[in-house]
Amino acid sequence: MTVKFKEPKMAQTRDGAAVAGARKIEITNVNVHYGELHVLKDINLEIQPGEFFAFLGPSGCGKTTLLRLIAGFNNASSGDVRVGGQDILAMPPWKRDVGMVFQSYALWPHLSVARNVAFGLEERKLPRDEVARRVKAALELVGMGHLADRRPSQLSGGQQQRVAVARTIAIEPKVLLLDEPLSNLDAKMRVQVRRELRDLQQRLNLTTIFVTHDQEEANAICDRIAVFGDGRIQQVGRPMDLYERPASLFVANFLGTANILDGELVTVDGKRLFKVTDTISVPVPDGVTISPGTRLVFRPQHASLEDAGGQGVRLPGRVSNIEFLGASVRYGVMVGTSEVLIDVPFQSGASVRTVGADVNVLLPSDCMLWLAE
Amino acid sequence: MTNLAIGRLRRFSATPGQMAVVLLIAAFLLAFLLVPAATVIYVAFTEKGTSNLTLVNFLDFFRNDLFVRSFWNSVYVSSLSVVWATLFALPLAVITTRFQFRGAMLIQTLGFLPLIMPPFVGAVAMQLLFGRNGSVNLLLDQHLGFKLPFMDGLNGVVFVQSLHYFPFILINVSNSLRQIDSAMEEAAQNLGSSGFRLFRRIIFPLAMPGYLAGASLVFVKVFDDLATPLLLNVKDMLAPQAYLRVTSIGLADPMGYVISTILIAVSIFAMWASVAVMRGREYSTVQRGGGGLARRKMKRGEAILAYGAVTLVLLLVLSPHIGLLLLSFATIWSFSPLPDGYTMANYGRVIGESSIYIKNTLIYASLAGLIDVVLGGAIAYLVLRTKIIGRAWLDWAAMSALAIPGVVLGIGYLRTYYGVTLPDGTPLATLSIMLVLALSVRRLPYALRACYAAMQQISVSLEEAAENLGANKRRTVRRIVLPLMMGGILAGFVTSFSTAAVELSATLMLIQSNSEAPIAYGLYMFMQSPAGRGPGAALGVIAVILVAVCTFASHYVIERSQKAMGARK
Ligand SMILES: Nc1ncnc2c1ncn2[C@@H]1O[C@H](COP(=O)(O)OP(=O)(O)OP(=O)(O)O)[C@@H](O)[C@H]1O
Ligand SMILES: [Mg+2]
Repeated sequence: MTVKFKEPKMAQTRDGAAVAGARKIEITNVNVHYGELHVLKDINLEIQPGEFFAFLGPSGCGKTTLLRLIAGFNNASSGDVRVGGQDILAMPPWKRDVGMVFQSYALWPHLSVARNVAFGLEERKLPRDEVARRVKAALELVGMGHLADRRPSQLSGGQQQRVAVARTIAIEPKVLLLDEPLSNLDAKMRVQVRRELRDLQQRLNLTTIFVTHDQEEANAICDRIAVFGDGRIQQVGRPMDLYERPASLFVANFLGTANILDGELVTVDGKRLFKVTDTISVPVPDGVTISPGTRLVFRPQHASLEDAGGQGVRLPGRVSNIEFLGASVRYGVMVGTSEVLIDVPFQSGASVRTVGADVNVLLPSDCMLWLAE
Repeated sequence: MTNLAIGRLRRFSATPGQMAVVLLIAAFLLAFLLVPAATVIYVAFTEKGTSNLTLVNFLDFFRNDLFVRSFWNSVYVSSLSVVWATLFALPLAVITTRFQFRGAMLIQTLGFLPLIMPPFVGAVAMQLLFGRNGSVNLLLDQHLGFKLPFMDGLNGVVFVQSLHYFPFILINVSNSLRQIDSAMEEAAQNLGSSGFRLFRRIIFPLAMPGYLAGASLVFVKVFDDLATPLLLNVKDMLAPQAYLRVTSIGLADPMGYVISTILIAVSIFAMWASVAVMRGREYSTVQRGGGGLARRKMKRGEAILAYGAVTLVLLLVLSPHIGLLLLSFATIWSFSPLPDGYTMANYGRVIGESSIYIKNTLIYASLAGLIDVVLGGAIAYLVLRTKIIGRAWLDWAAMSALAIPGVVLGIGYLRTYYGVTLPDGTPLATLSIMLVLALSVRRLPYALRACYAAMQQISVSLEEAAENLGANKRRTVRRIVLPLMMGGILAGFVTSFSTAAVELSATLMLIQSNSEAPIAYGLYMFMQSPAGRGPGAALGVIAVILVAVCTFASHYVIERSQKAMGARK
């Protein structure tokens, strides 16, 4: 299981899974219905050539639906999908050249590994020796050359996944679609195989869409992420930007842990304050608009605890819970009626607060996010 | 047109190839199932010689004592057969599913019996064993001084039919029992229920859907069967009356059609009733994963009782086969418990004279099986994999063949196609291809179910993966769907083949000459004369062996191909 992808030899790039001119994917105003159910709502997305792009979102939000639309297994009730400038929605799936790796891998049990990989090439009526050469190259690219004669049922989950990838890249698709390709693997395999996938994608320079509901996976290997929620794209951006500057409560909550404080806007002496409780309020910076439903959001590691003094906004509270996470200590602090989580880096010898201690939560003003649903 | 409408349209569109297939299948079903059946019903409701709609024929039917008696006789025989079949089947089902029991495999194999031998073949052997002067009664008379009327009149029909068809109940009930979650039983025990109360209040209600399915099947089969009563010389039942009317008085006589219409109505009613009884009651709590009911070790007394019951039923069930085998080797067998002497002459005569029957059977049954799997596979694909308009209709039409008795279909063919002639003047209805078509229509529901089951096991993503890699629909079917369905297709073929090989009711109506007749017809001809019984029995044994060998060979092939594919997920 530790087979790494071999470095590409020239032969492979020439007639194996060769470098394709990467294509751009443009999705405009797409809506998809299943009967009365409106599954995808006004989707607009532009994916750059050679980009490793993730669809991330909770279960049932429409990620698979959009992927299958691109591959041709769904119909849009409106909108356009272009690959490399070409409108593909009117084409049948077998004309699209959009390689898809299925979540279940969908390896055909009646064909050997080699025949599985050869399938697409045979459908393209390539000469027999070229088929054989490209099957070999594709299998070697994923480190499965030695298992070509096995049946799919004789392979482990990770091996099946590689065969599924090899089968898809053997036809040199214009783009690569991966629907939760790692979900059938155990945690350790997932980390290894995702890196191999990233490697391969870089080498082939393939525009790739990767569907997952695991944010860590998306963060680790993708250039950009589209966060889906409720059939809409909530936000698109690089992993770090999404984490630092989520555009909505949904995204903040979905990516990482976020503290969320409810409150209302009051004006005291001409100054705008966000009143969390009767005794706790936070000054609202100029230029921030607060509407009903706006909340104060911050990440546990951006705040800190102090006894007294210091700069920034202070929220008085009482330690209610302590978890030791290894590199840091996570304090639960009751602020008013809500508990916020604060991560404090752990240094040996440093004093650890006790449950019941009165503390101040210190919030640097550039880490405060004002977000609505 | 709005974008939405285009999207909707796109979803309903189908390839021209798919549409052509739908039209072809629809044409086939119309021509060889719906039109003949509708013709029969139409004639029953029209005045003789005119085309005026009328109920007069039905009034005539109910004014005729013979017909009314036949009707009630058929109802009586079918109901009583269900009762006896239940008595045979339930103990076996319970013993094999709820207890640790050695012979369980043997009993499950019994399920194939109704498939591989038509009941009328056994009827003759039963007559020799259980008839007024049969082995059992001779022995009873000799030792105890009395006789039992097992085979007298309607009793004989009930006896033969219930012994022959009880496996349908056995199989359905065993399957239901096996699927009951053991947690259900444990929950009841936990609440203080046990023993027979537990069985009556929890287990049997949960097995009810399976029982009703099996029981209605037995009822319909017995109600429609023509040959068994005829061979036992019982003429006052409904199906024999339909046959006798049409063959003795002619195709113009409306009574044959009225009886046929009543046969159809009763079939539909029985199937509807078995579903309707269950409607509104929630028994779908049947779950898998619990591993089924826990099998208990039997106590000593229970074991003696169980083995006793099983032995008795097995003896009864196998008696027609044993009798048939004896008869096929017998020189003379009458008024004695066992044949007077043994000979191979019967086989010699059959093999010399009757190889034409065997050849015809093989041709007809394989053609029928072939037609069935082609149609069944195509309909299963259209229903499960496309959104083409009319697919549900095809499915419904194909399944409706279940409600059309063979004798009715035969009459329908004669009426519909007798007037249609070939250029040389032969009526279409007399061609043996008509028999093949009738057989295939009658067996289509079974093949269709097998194809459905096979296709449902194929994950759609296997096909999508093929399309994604560049294979169009047709290529995907050829390279992925067909190879993966092969086991199911073969199973469907075998079911169609083996049941078509022994079907008689449509055959009796449609076959005109000996040279075109299949085994079932030959058997029937032989069995009608006392002198023909020996050779008839030999032919029967050959038929049983033929069908059994084909069935087991194909099971072997299916199992091997599935093993080669590896454990399917
Ligand atoms: N064939 C279908 N018919 C009707 N509704 C469907 C169908 N397929 C999916 N849906 C519905 O469409 C919505 C989106 O489904 P989709 O499979 O795209 O979700 P997803 O984001 O991929 O979820 P997951 O992470 O669980 O795979 C869901 O609410 C689902 O119930
Ligand atoms: Mg999905």
